[in-house]
Amino acid sequence: MNSIALIGMMSTLAAGLCIGIGAVGSAIGEGMAAAAALRSIAQQPDQTSTITRTLFVSMAMIESTAIYAFVVSMILIFANPFWEYAIKAGG
Amino acid sequence: MKISPDQYLIFDWGWGRLNATIVFSWLIMSVLVGGAWLICRKLTDGAKMTPWQNLLEVIVGGIAGHIEDITHRSPYPFLPFVGTLFLFILFSNVLAVVPYFMPPTGSISTTTAFALLVFVAVPSFGLSTRSLRNYLKDYMKPTPLMLPFNILGELTRTFALAVRLYGNIMSSTVIGLVLLIVMPLFFPVIMQALGLLTGVIQAYIFALLAMVYIASALQKDDDPKSTS
Repeated sequence: MNSIALIGMMSTLAAGLCIGIGAVGSAIGEGMAAAAALRSIAQQPDQTSTITRTLFVSMAMIESTAIYAFVVSMILIFANPFWEYAIKAGG
Repeated sequence: MKISPDQYLIFDWGWGRLNATIVFSWLIMSVLVGGAWLICRKLTDGAKMTPWQNLLEVIVGGIAGHIEDITHRSPYPFLPFVGTLFLFILFSNVLAVVPYFMPPTGSISTTTAFALLVFVAVPSFGLSTRSLRNYLKDYMKPTPLMLPFNILGELTRTFALAVRLYGNIMSSTVIGLVLLIVMPLFFPVIMQALGLLTGVIQAYIFALLAMVYIASALQKDDDPKSTS
């Protein structure tokens, strides 16, 4: 197996693992945040607008880790620096 | 596969080179400015108004109300900055469903520019209400030991602001492309509709986070004892 095939294989595997494992934590976190927000809306329906706004902000914060994982896996697949280096060195 | 609108050259002539990001940014800017100019030519303060003026009043009033909810002070110093960010990102994200339109927010250079604007705007709005000494003291809270973490937090939240918007918009474009390869018949339409929802929420979140960051740098006029 030459190095280009190895780099391609490992990059694809790493991209899959990256987004697969990276999404878990933020999914659990968002679920907990949404559950807590729904519970407090049920308790205090008057505060719905404040709770929803805070929920959006915290969702965005929580989600950003998953977005980082996604961006890294996109880089691994579409703009892999090692891959281009190996192609340049090989050819 | 090209995942960034930076890589599409629309105009390439000698030294002049325009990529899709610049062209579509200017398109959105001209639509926003030109539309506002057209509507504002015949403003009235009476009860009879054109539907377009009503629309603009609803938009501006809604944004001002939201800002007032967050800062608990007059929204008008912040309205131009935050409102412009919101409207530009909203237009760019919503127009992403138009064929051949590549949203400029799907390019990391645009979102980095926005994040840097927020990064500069936070201390400048903060310094307009309080002294430099008072402002810098915020970095020493709760203890001076937290100084490096506060500075690091300032930098990483700028980075997060840029990458969040970029990642969300770019992901909906990439998912559309990938689904076109896998199952081209009906499913990409659903993902496009989902991308519309994500785009609106991301525009809201970007403006909201910018406003929250600015509000956190402003003078705190109520001491912690009086807030219950």
